[in-house]
Amino acid sequence: MTHRNPMMAAQQFVVDEARLLNEARYREWIALFAADGHYWVPMQGAQQPDPVKHVSLAYEDRILLATRVQRLQGLRAHSLEPGARSLHILQAPEAQPLEGIGWEVYTPFIYTEIRGALPTTLAGVWRHQLRAREQGFEIVLKRVDLLNATAPHEMIQLFP
Amino acid sequence: MSHRSPHTPSTLVEADRVHRDAYLSEAVFEQEQRRFFAATWNFVAHASQVPHPGDYITLDLAGRPLLVVRQSDQSIQVFYNRCAHKGSKLYTNERGNAGRVLQCAYHAWSYRLDGKLMGIPLRQEYAESRLSQCPSGQGLTHVGATQVYRDFVFVRLDERGVDFEDYFGASLQWLDNMADRSPVGKLEVFGGVIRNVIRCNWKMYFENINDTVHPVSTHESAGKAAKAVWGQQSESTPMPISVEQMLPFASGYDFFTQLDAEVYPNGHSALAVKFSTHTGYAYPQDYLDALAQAHGKARAEDVLSRAPQNSVLFPSIAVKGAPLVMRVIRPLSVDRMLIEAWSFRALGAPDLLHERAMTYNRLVFSPMSIVAHDDIHLFESVQQGLKAEGNEWVSLHRGATGEAEAVSGTTPCKGTSEMLMRNQFQAWAKFMAETPEAT
Repeated sequence: MTHRNPMMAAQQFVVDEARLLNEARYREWIALFAADGHYWVPMQGAQQPDPVKHVSLAYEDRILLATRVQRLQGLRAHSLEPGARSLHILQAPEAQPLEGIGWEVYTPFIYTEIRGALPTTLAGVWRHQLRAREQGFEIVLKRVDLLNATAPHEMIQLFP
Repeated sequence: MSHRSPHTPSTLVEADRVHRDAYLSEAVFEQEQRRFFAATWNFVAHASQVPHPGDYITLDLAGRPLLVVRQSDQSIQVFYNRCAHKGSKLYTNERGNAGRVLQCAYHAWSYRLDGKLMGIPLRQEYAESRLSQCPSGQGLTHVGATQVYRDFVFVRLDERGVDFEDYFGASLQWLDNMADRSPVGKLEVFGGVIRNVIRCNWKMYFENINDTVHPVSTHESAGKAAKAVWGQQSESTPMPISVEQMLPFASGYDFFTQLDAEVYPNGHSALAVKFSTHTGYAYPQDYLDALAQAHGKARAEDVLSRAPQNSVLFPSIAVKGAPLVMRVIRPLSVDRMLIEAWSFRALGAPDLLHERAMTYNRLVFSPMSIVAHDDIHLFESVQQGLKAEGNEWVSLHRGATGEAEAVSGTTPCKGTSEMLMRNQFQAWAKFMAETPEAT
């Protein structure tokens, strides 16, 4: 679904993105990222100022994201047997203009990932920085602030 | 699963195999918590975490709450984190500063930083009591022994037992090797600690740290994916640290069979001493000059040329000197463990070194790491698989002769030999069987 109103279009972009993840359409998902885009899960959650001076649970450029997806879709990824799937439940995204980039979108979520019969549930907030491109938007930064980021975690195999 | 074992530590561990009850039995786990972790020396904190008097760290060591406190004279003391009165933990935050006095939140009993009892509300009401003859009147309880080595703080819970230097022997050189990567010989914990919970027995993780035969099959998917994606980049793309750190997981048996190792008494070891995937790191010239200036050329070269894949100070830490990374391994229950990945800053060294540390931890030890995922999956699979009937033994026969192996001083072995794990289990059986009275 596309909107003429750019603010609503930015909000819809995030909803559509979640659907790609929920449906495990990872190659289409990576294509949403800008060439210099990053997917970032800080280890201090919303408190973490930057990805360089403190360790993160994930801080992935296009190369690392592609590596992850290559593995997800390849053979011999033992931890993915008998399969991992995920579901994002989003609160309605809120978008506001972001100077120099385009839009910042704030989206609280609840995420469940299953491996075999084991569920892992995480809650947090997505903060997208979106830049307009020819068709819609591209992701400059997708920041995932987990509520319990600093806690010890079991493995998280997909993309909260 | 409650599993009674007919075995004793000495019958669980043979020269070349280990009985599954070492990983499955609740009774063995209880004895391990009570005896093994009391008789051995375990890492608890790094001095840089508590720089100022009154700074404290809390942690759980094998089921006991501990409190590490920096003293007014700059020394470090370690207590049980338990108020002498009714047992409340004195502090529940992971870290903080207590000021000049340690005070319990429950009834306001207060202690000096060295643990001596200072104040009790309504003291006059104790006048005719026997409090002073009870441990409750004696202040905080210290752990058996504390030793700080190159700012790494270790404790032995037992009051009597093996000396620190005798216990670790030649393995301490690997803490020196990491600390001496700083021109001023100082490390600082920096950049956060990543924590994972894994549904397996902690010993499995320690075995895997010394296992050079698993990467080819376990990490095939991560290694191949990294190689394939990197191959698609244009030739002019500079190799990021992340790719440099991921590609070694695509190495084959031809690489791993060339690795050497050293084992030391009491379960310690260093894997891949002569060369490892960390040996090839490039360093800026001004750092190399500063290191040579500080330590002398020979020592500086020795430090940088020896970059083991892992050095294990059994049974709590595994150190990777070159990327300035340390893993802390803790048991949570018989089938659950915690692993922490710490990164260090070497004071006086360029930021590049610390950046390598954090990138390595993120890529390889994060709960989101595609390298760790396959390891964890297999550890958890072993924990379940061992419940199978028919074969109650875990094989450690690779490179064994069936005879007991003598380990003394520094004993070299092949990097692919399971002697590294056999050595851990010999130490495990020995300290499992120790009683405080016997030592």
